[in-house]
Amino acid sequence: MRSDRYLRLPRPLNDRQGCIKMDLSQYLEIFIDESKEHLQTLNDQVLILEAEPENEDTINEIFRAAHSLKGMAGTMGFKRMQKLTHDLENVFSEIRNKTMSVTPDLVDVVFKSIDAIESYVGNIQENADEGSEDNEEIIALLNACLNGGINAPDIPDEDDEGDVVVIAQPEAPKAAAEAASSPDDEKKKFKKLPLADHEKNAIKEAQAAGKHVFGVTVYIQQTCILKAARAFLVFKGLEAVGEIIKSEPSVQDIEDEKFEFDFSLFIITEKSQADIHKIVMDVSEIEDSFEEEIDLSTAVSTVDESKEEASKDEGTKSDGGKAQPASQGAGGAKKTEKKTEKKAVVNRSVRVDIEKLDDLMNQVSELITAKNGLVSASATVEKQQGFNEQIEYLERITTNIHESVMKVRMVPIESVVNRFPRMIRDLSKKLGKEMELIMSGEETELDRTVIDEIGDPLMHMLRNAADHGLESTLERIQKGKPQMGTIRLDAYQDGNNVTIEVSDDGAGIDVEKVKASAVAKGHITEEQAEFMSDKEAVDLLFRPAFSTAEKISDVSGRGVGLDVVKNKIESLGGDVEVQSKLGEGTTFIVRLPLTLAIIQALMVEIRDEKYAIPLNSIVTVEDVPVTDIKYVQSNEVINLRDMVIPLIRLDEILDSEPKEEEPENLVVVIVKKGDKQAGLVIDNLIGQQEIVIKPLGKYINIPKMISGATILGDGEVALIIDSNTLV
Amino acid sequence: MDENNVILDTKQYIVVKLDGEQYGIDISYVDNIVRMQKPTRVPKTQHYFKGVINLRGEIIPVMSLRLKFGLCDTEETNATRIIIIKTEANAKLGIVVDEVREVVTLSENDVEKTSFDAGKEDQSSLIGVGKVTDSLISLLNIQSLLNDIDND
Repeated sequence: MRSDRYLRLPRPLNDRQGCIKMDLSQYLEIFIDESKEHLQTLNDQVLILEAEPENEDTINEIFRAAHSLKGMAGTMGFKRMQKLTHDLENVFSEIRNKTMSVTPDLVDVVFKSIDAIESYVGNIQENADEGSEDNEEIIALLNACLNGGINAPDIPDEDDEGDVVVIAQPEAPKAAAEAASSPDDEKKKFKKLPLADHEKNAIKEAQAAGKHVFGVTVYIQQTCILKAARAFLVFKGLEAVGEIIKSEPSVQDIEDEKFEFDFSLFIITEKSQADIHKIVMDVSEIEDSFEEEIDLSTAVSTVDESKEEASKDEGTKSDGGKAQPASQGAGGAKKTEKKTEKKAVVNRSVRVDIEKLDDLMNQVSELITAKNGLVSASATVEKQQGFNEQIEYLERITTNIHESVMKVRMVPIESVVNRFPRMIRDLSKKLGKEMELIMSGEETELDRTVIDEIGDPLMHMLRNAADHGLESTLERIQKGKPQMGTIRLDAYQDGNNVTIEVSDDGAGIDVEKVKASAVAKGHITEEQAEFMSDKEAVDLLFRPAFSTAEKISDVSGRGVGLDVVKNKIESLGGDVEVQSKLGEGTTFIVRLPLTLAIIQALMVEIRDEKYAIPLNSIVTVEDVPVTDIKYVQSNEVINLRDMVIPLIRLDEILDSEPKEEEPENLVVVIVKKGDKQAGLVIDNLIGQQEIVIKPLGKYINIPKMISGATILGDGEVALIIDSNTLV
Repeated sequence: MDENNVILDTKQYIVVKLDGEQYGIDISYVDNIVRMQKPTRVPKTQHYFKGVINLRGEIIPVMSLRLKFGLCDTEETNATRIIIIKTEANAKLGIVVDEVREVVTLSENDVEKTSFDAGKEDQSSLIGVGKVTDSLISLLNIQSLLNDIDND
């Protein structure tokens, strides 16, 4: 797959040759992104449709999405995908015309089609090819639905004609009809363009050589996001059949999207006007195109009657295609117009390759390292006036740059969770349980790298909730619970973390069952089981190869499970916790760091070694007199504001050199994980610092409590202590 | 590099000294040779790892070849060097040696394969012994060394 996501339009005419040979791969990314958007719309809207079969807005929305998908697939030359989306669109056109009604069976078929289209897009993303699966079965099902409808016979005919223009662009007939009924000189903006002498000469020469010269004005739909890309496709299509001698605005401006929703051009070609029209209209999201042969003597003002005829001819020709798509087209267009005002100013974002963002982030990391170096160097040089001020200024700037870059990398978790409602719906059918998914906080943002990784663990937890968490409908009725099980997914930001909770109102975790299962599997002994707290027992679920499900189902419970979830989340620097009440439900709480690369940390000293402790896990720092240390089961604890907190001697854990004598007061850093706390005993505090997390490299084995390393201002390496593993 | 060497199927080795003996390291593995710097100790790691160092913003684990080979540790001297080995794009490893002497070019004829056990060649810590004028150089099998570390 290409990673270059810049929009490129043909260079001005002189290196046109190169452009003609250019393939569509540049637009593959756009195609894939847009397809996914449309697929998501389809999924969302069909779910709504299932609940409200009469909702016309939804039906229209679905129709539009299916239609756009088909047009895009056609443009890109993905025939199989086009065929399938075409049939899907037909079904919805029938539904929209109220000649068919929405039945659960139909929804199933529609979902199947959506899945099939998704797999096409998946193939395209991986191999730039849609694959060879024809999905005839699904197409047959769709057609069966159509034939079950009342007004179907027209549709298959279209296929036989293979008249893709009419099918792919229902707007075309409407536009053409308009063209036939009213003078469209107004819209032929090219007529108003002045031609330079050399351009006139080129036109004369071409006409003398028996070629046609057309003026073309193309209107792009106002809802179109990527005008430049569409314009490029038009140029590309036209350049394949002729030579574009002039365009307004200039190619450069079009490339930079410096144009409204129309552009005009002159082309020298051997093709007919109808051919040109077809080529332009083949590009999706083109509202309309007006073209006319240029006659230099009349070019500026007069309308050439014969060409007007041609235009009419074409109008009637496509009109003759099918009356029905034409009316659909009109409907679609009307709908589009309604939305126009809202969407016209959407163009304020830029697509950037994630690799470039990674680069930027790395540079910022380097900058911060350099800044830290300067800060520590400044401590040793003689203070000059203003020097400190400047350093502080620099610190502020680097911190701000870091924040900005981080923000740029943030993506709402919506892009991950929006596929879940569909998944729960499918699970509900598969498991025969009634359930619904309620989501909140989809707008919560996380770093792109985290977003990419978090989907699977969340999906796993949801499946778990649906399969193991919720009781069967019958059981729920017996227990007097609402028949419909509820699964919730709530996301919110919590300081420097993002918390995602997946909860169900199901049976909850039966601790005794978990213990029994653990004993049976040899994870723990019976004595251990007896003295185990509920919380510890629940944590057993995260052991590898542990599943309490009595029967293995298709959905979950193959023993690969929560341990994988836990590992994944921990590898992202987060942690996961379970809360459960028997009979009332289970909640999985996932905490994730906002960013991975740069954190605020407290620098501490143990003997002559420096370590960093991430600030977000620190509660307080306390001075504790040695005499305050108590012993519980021969473990050191302190009593701090009515909490008993275990002490962890970091020097022992880190195999530091033994201390010569115990000081009277210990410096204790209190850290938390969930609602548990622990006190880390250190020698000295150095202070707070922004640090860049770096991996320790391959080959060296690192203990779990070391999560990475960072480079200090003086170039020395300090290890980062992951207090989560100690608490 | 001299093109003739390639045609004759020769390899260049960096000759290092370790406890009085000479060892050769295939130069294609060597990314860099740096002066000894104080590594940051990493707790609970393999005993022969001295820790990690910062090499131009990159953190690189450093091991002592002496300790790895079961020799006694010695004081660092002015001659002590860290040879930075680079295998894959992202995997670098520093190896502490007593001294770096020279670079030699050996053709296949100059190398006596260690054929104690042909089947176990991958696991052997030496590829063979190289003969240079009047001295012998034990040629280290870096790949097996790395595999060995991976398994520790």
